[in-house]
Amino acid sequence: MTRISVKAGQRVFLDRLAKMSGQNVQQCFQCGICSGSCPMLENMDTHPRKIIRMAQFGMIEELEQANTFWICASCHACNVMCPRGVDLPRLMEALRLMTLRKNQNKVEPSRLPGEMIKEYPQIAMVSGFRKLTG
Amino acid sequence: MNKAQTHPTNEKQNQKIATGDRAILPDGAKTVPIYVMGKRYEVPETLTIMKAMEFVGFKFIRGAGCRGGICGACSTVYRKAGDYKLHFGLACQTVVEPNMVLTQIPFYPANRAVYNIEEIEPTAESVYALYPELFRCVACNNCTKACPMDVEVMDYISAIKQGDLAKAAVLSFDCIQCGLCASRCMGELPQYHIAQLVRRIYGKYIQPRAEHLKKRVQEIDSGKYDGIVKALTEMELEELKRRYLESEREPNMALPGEWLPKDQEYL
Amino acid sequence: MKVLYYPGCTLKTKARNLGDTAVESLALLDIELEELSRWNCCGAVHSLADDDLIHLVAPVRVLIRALEQGGGRLVTICSMCYNTLARANRVMRDDPEKRKTINLFMDEEPDYQGEVEVVHLLSMFRDEVGWDLLRERIKIPLKGLKIAPYYGCTLQRPREVGIEPVGRFDLMKHFIEALGAEAVSMTSADRCCGSYQILGNPEVAKDASSIILADAGKSGADALVLSCPLCEFNLDRNQGVLFEEGRISKVVPAFYFTQLLALALGVDPRRCHLELNSEASIGLLRDKGIIAS
Repeated sequence: MTRISVKAGQRVFLDRLAKMSGQNVQQCFQCGICSGSCPMLENMDTHPRKIIRMAQFGMIEELEQANTFWICASCHACNVMCPRGVDLPRLMEALRLMTLRKNQNKVEPSRLPGEMIKEYPQIAMVSGFRKLTG
Repeated sequence: MNKAQTHPTNEKQNQKIATGDRAILPDGAKTVPIYVMGKRYEVPETLTIMKAMEFVGFKFIRGAGCRGGICGACSTVYRKAGDYKLHFGLACQTVVEPNMVLTQIPFYPANRAVYNIEEIEPTAESVYALYPELFRCVACNNCTKACPMDVEVMDYISAIKQGDLAKAAVLSFDCIQCGLCASRCMGELPQYHIAQLVRRIYGKYIQPRAEHLKKRVQEIDSGKYDGIVKALTEMELEELKRRYLESEREPNMALPGEWLPKDQEYL
Repeated sequence: MKVLYYPGCTLKTKARNLGDTAVESLALLDIELEELSRWNCCGAVHSLADDDLIHLVAPVRVLIRALEQGGGRLVTICSMCYNTLARANRVMRDDPEKRKTINLFMDEEPDYQGEVEVVHLLSMFRDEVGWDLLRERIKIPLKGLKIAPYYGCTLQRPREVGIEPVGRFDLMKHFIEALGAEAVSMTSADRCCGSYQILGNPEVAKDASSIILADAGKSGADALVLSCPLCEFNLDRNQGVLFEEGRISKVVPAFYFTQLLALALGVDPRRCHLELNSEASIGLLRDKGIIAS
């Protein structure tokens, strides 16, 4: 069996990811059901399966650059189908929080057009701000 | 706020000064230690935080206003010895406690939207559009805990999110705009500014109008009181005094409509 | 029967067509929905990070309010509120460490241990009201109306809070049939509508909604039935935009399940807030003779 070895800096990142998400990415055997069940796949530059693969290898830069977790809508379609019980939405949330917790928003509430806010239901703003602002 | 005196007060000073507005310490009055921004001072135990700070030499150029607990300028945060809990109060209203550690927060930056109340649509959506950060509330309740006026801040924010402006206006009525809620907010909301907008909308567009007021204004406009006002303004001072002293007065606690004056000409 | 009810913010404004029709319909079924006297927003989405407990505070506070008001059970109608409350409740019940931290943080509230049971109104129809009783009370059967159940994400996922196992859509099917309408199945019944991405990445959300509506069109359904105000916005209210942008070629309006229920129980259509739905919804009901033209 080939062992995946990671460097110290990667170890810190991966430990943090594991702790925040509560997921062990090494459980994944890359079947790809997550990508296959993802309704947002078309708009992702990196498929969910690849995200886990990158995490397994500690590819921090590639992970941070992917738009995957910003496109994810936390619909849990992947998670209910995963044969290895990996809760991928939790991994996506952890990746989002790594940015959001640095006081960097993905959506700026103050810059959203007032007419849009008036039209949208409250539930859109509450959920959107929860997932896309820090 | 200037710190005119950097040394803690000594015993000698304590003996000669008084309480009240001029902080004259009466005979036998005790002093207690307090910590202002980390520095220990001995102050008379009967003083408010504001007076205690002035007693030890602070001079307020900000962070003091009405000194009557209503202007919201002297918000203060303090902790008690050995306790994790944060306490909040107005410096002019809160009496010092031994070993309290305090600082004033006379101002806290908070987003205030620009709007023209004359043109605003009186709906919750207008409030949402001006303050979308409203939806970042996580119901942590830190705002309510911080309010020195016991306003249920989180509840009025909830009411606004639920579209109930009338409820929010009533719940936030006692707000004095001190800003402590905003200083503690996890969602970075300017609660007090949002509430003020809501009360303005409520007062201008939603609150029912008093019908009798409209009638009275019409009466005044129609000149019903012009004669008596003219007579009073031209009256000799002595006659005016006599009339004032002899004037009828509604008894205390009289129920509405229970009492009527003898002279009912202008009712 | 009286049950404690958590409306959620949107049901009080933009989705009165969901909240008000539920209260009115249930009264006709001898169930009084008693609204919590004091409540805050649940947060709409569940916190998915193990070290992010602050976002559990809002739903837990709601559950404490329910407990205070004597509720062994709290009924929700909005799918997102249901999902958020039910998941927070499970954390408080099953995770002693998180429970302790959250209770410690909420030092002004009584401790909570997951005592309240969070129920979605649809489950209540299946488990307590029963389809037979529902069928008996119907005054205006929705004959000739072909309706596709749309569950979205939050009624079934994750599995531990699902009102029905993943991939099975019998609950809404039985509901639709009890109202006298025909249930039509479509493959996108539990596909995500784009959810909150309508705020962050509107194009992405519109792509997601369009796929569902195209599928609904192909399935032969006249309309979708749903229980989530965000799905309703993305799939129904926003449908005009999707059509104009050429993303969909056929309009398939959506209704809240409580609106169809209210209409079938004989509630005055003017009180069903159809004006809050897309324009096509009223036209469809007129065409089918369910409301007067």
